[in-house]
Amino acid sequence: MRKYLTKKAIIYLITFFFAVTIDWVIPRFMPGNPIHFLISRFATLPESVKVIQSYFTQAFGLDKPLHEQYLNFWRALLKGDFGISIYLYPQPVAKVIARSLPYTLIVLLPAALLSFAVGNRLGAFVARKRKLDNFALPIFYTLTAAPYFWFGILLAWLLGVVFRLFPIAGAYSFAMTPSFSWRFVVNFLYHWVLPFSSLFLVMLGGWAIGMRNMIIYELEANYSRYLESLGASQSLIRRYAYRNAILPQVTGLAIQLGTVVAGSLTTEIVFSYPGIGYILMQGILNQDYFLIQGCFLFIILGVLIANFLIDIFYVIIDPRIRKSYTGEV
Amino acid sequence: MKKFLVAFVVLFFVAALMGQVFERSKTLYVGGGLWSPPSNWNPFTPWNAVTGTIGLVYETLFLYDPLNDKFEPWLAESGSWIKPNVFQLKLRKGLRWQDGKPLTIDDVVFTFEIAKKYTSISYSPIWNWLEKIEKVDDNTLNFVFSDPRYQEWGQQLISIAIVPKHIWEKKTEDEVLQGANEKPVGSGPYYVESWTDDRNVYRKNPDWWGIKALGLDPKPERVVILRVLSNNVAVGMLMKGELDWSNFFLPGVPVLKKGYGLHTWYENPPYMLPANTAGIYINVNKYPLSIPEFRRAMAFAINTQKIVERAFENMVTVSNPAGILPLPGFMKYYPKEVVDKFGFKYDPETAKKMLDELGFKDVDRDGFREDPKGNKFKLTIECPYGWTDWMVSIQSIAEDLRAVGINVEAKFPDYSKYADDLYGGKFDIILNNFQTGVSSTIWSYFNGVFYPDAVEAEYAYAGNFGRYNNAEVRALMDELNRSRDDAKIRQAVAKLTEILLKDLPFIPLWYNGAWFQASEQVWTNWPSEKNPYTWPIAWGGHWQLGGVKVLFNIKAK
Repeated sequence: MRKYLTKKAIIYLITFFFAVTIDWVIPRFMPGNPIHFLISRFATLPESVKVIQSYFTQAFGLDKPLHEQYLNFWRALLKGDFGISIYLYPQPVAKVIARSLPYTLIVLLPAALLSFAVGNRLGAFVARKRKLDNFALPIFYTLTAAPYFWFGILLAWLLGVVFRLFPIAGAYSFAMTPSFSWRFVVNFLYHWVLPFSSLFLVMLGGWAIGMRNMIIYELEANYSRYLESLGASQSLIRRYAYRNAILPQVTGLAIQLGTVVAGSLTTEIVFSYPGIGYILMQGILNQDYFLIQGCFLFIILGVLIANFLIDIFYVIIDPRIRKSYTGEV
Repeated sequence: MKKFLVAFVVLFFVAALMGQVFERSKTLYVGGGLWSPPSNWNPFTPWNAVTGTIGLVYETLFLYDPLNDKFEPWLAESGSWIKPNVFQLKLRKGLRWQDGKPLTIDDVVFTFEIAKKYTSISYSPIWNWLEKIEKVDDNTLNFVFSDPRYQEWGQQLISIAIVPKHIWEKKTEDEVLQGANEKPVGSGPYYVESWTDDRNVYRKNPDWWGIKALGLDPKPERVVILRVLSNNVAVGMLMKGELDWSNFFLPGVPVLKKGYGLHTWYENPPYMLPANTAGIYINVNKYPLSIPEFRRAMAFAINTQKIVERAFENMVTVSNPAGILPLPGFMKYYPKEVVDKFGFKYDPETAKKMLDELGFKDVDRDGFREDPKGNKFKLTIECPYGWTDWMVSIQSIAEDLRAVGINVEAKFPDYSKYADDLYGGKFDIILNNFQTGVSSTIWSYFNGVFYPDAVEAEYAYAGNFGRYNNAEVRALMDELNRSRDDAKIRQAVAKLTEILLKDLPFIPLWYNGAWFQASEQVWTNWPSEKNPYTWPIAWGGHWQLGGVKVLFNIKAK
């Protein structure tokens, strides 16, 4: 168990190092300079602009050679300092992220968990039921093959523009200020439906297909046949099959996590939903090195930690792994 | 359990009540000056702060009225040059900060002196030419200059926000420059009540000094600055009466005006006041753009009237060849004789003749001219992607230039790339208007055109993006800055205009508008041509040009 965890932890640390380095490099490959955004359209006296330019270049450490900037970045990072946003100057990046995070989580978490739960049940349910299967499978395939943002645009167009059932942008109506009132909560949920559905439905398709295939496979397995010959009921056999079939699905969840997060980012951009993805987009448009870094870093951390948790969870639900590492098998 | 439930329900309803809705007839919704979520209310970084930070919360010593070319004492009671190098300032009595403490002459001195201590404050270079500030009595200050720059000083008087000493004196340099100042304490008619990502709410300051001293009453109880992200949304909100005061560039104003009775400054085209001069900067270090006669030929080839009609539906006007804004403070120096002699107009035949004379001829008959040595060349003109009116404009310019045989292609990079090209001088031809806006001095326009220090800089932000270099210009600019005699200014302006028209590092094209549309559904008595009581713009930096006075004059319906 310990060996397993240390091994995993080392792999994650290495991944973290490389991911963060890439995260630091990418914004600096963009043409331009973040200072432009800070002083752009600052129509004032020329001497003042010079003073400001040199101050901010120093304050952001952009006058230093690149390797020094890189080391400073790590130094600050280990202290938990993400820097100051330029787009939302002078708010700290950590604060900006903290403010957008709830919006991302409130869409992403329910969508990911519910789609996993519902998708697996649904997949298990349709498996080996010929008529239903023939009808459901094409739908699942269409859903899972759709890119998140494309499906988002489709939903926005169909339900927002054509049928005018749902609003297509923002987290709440423009005429409202966030407050804990009925009107606001209802309005908020109303705006939440489309981004949630576009994530939920696409993911649902994937889980359902995976589960359907696994169940079919498990029902053909020897233990199922043995149970059958012992005269066990169909529902009992399916229950055992389900427990075995869920294992690869959990692995799938770990693998999928990265794409799911990326999907939620693009979905936010489609719906102008003010989460991490939306703020990241603004950061990119405004050349905000620190905000871009911060958002990516946050995503990297989130995905790695979630993966790690799933690894641990896996040990718990699959005794074979645990035992293979403790040498019992 | 029951008790708990009751408590919960009560709590819920109390919370529900707190989600208040502003009384519409006392609330003014303003749009067009806020483009990113509110994040900064720092008067030391006003270009980054929410519009109104200076003007509504913090105030300047003077306002400047561009419609009448007049400095108006605001926090100051009066100010004048008592000697060529001494500016005497009298401060009003009975001024008060929003926290109740009196605003005194010490605050004024502090506001200037903090910039001596912290040399990264934007106006700290003032101390290169300001020698000292002397207290004469409790309300009078003498600013003694070592090198009086009259033009620049005037602009400082309407730009520097007076800050309370008792709050700012404890702060370090980084706190001053990098603070968000989320609870700003100013002296103005409004204070910051709240904000969310899409709005900033200003609330009336009932104890504002101006109510007594000036007899001005801020009419709206709340001024809500909205961040509206697209023009379509802004149009919809104006129509529905959800937006009262709009400073967006909205296409289709002529139609909207007819259909919905939208209020604009002029009843007829161009509908809008001019706010700045849009034109093209030319990279004078790139062949063949480095040839002044070539640039002049370009000026003759461009049909600006076509842009005015096609891209702006006549909401802007063609500029005079010098690009001098048609506002009284600028036009009083307009050198007509120079413009008549050296000016240009749309005349493609002349352009072709000039290019022929320079030896640029289409030898290989591909429709584009080659240079005198027979080499082909291709130029680009750029503006940011998504700025639709400008995109149409540069396409039109490229089309005109191609018509006389100059191979020019329009390019639309993202804004960040555009900014890098502009400030770094990495372009052939670029459309811009950032530094040629309305101000209290014509010196600022020529600075936007000629800014001498741009030549050496890696990135230059203050104008002269094409890196035009001319020692005579620097001397003239310095002279202009240090003049306050109209005859002398006129002379310097005439010389600068002559150089501009001969060398054309910047070709002025049209006057971009002071976009202003108002809805009369809730508030009336908006300023207009017939009722020109003030400059109708709520962008950052424009409150001091009179924008703040809109709030004292509008009437609730």
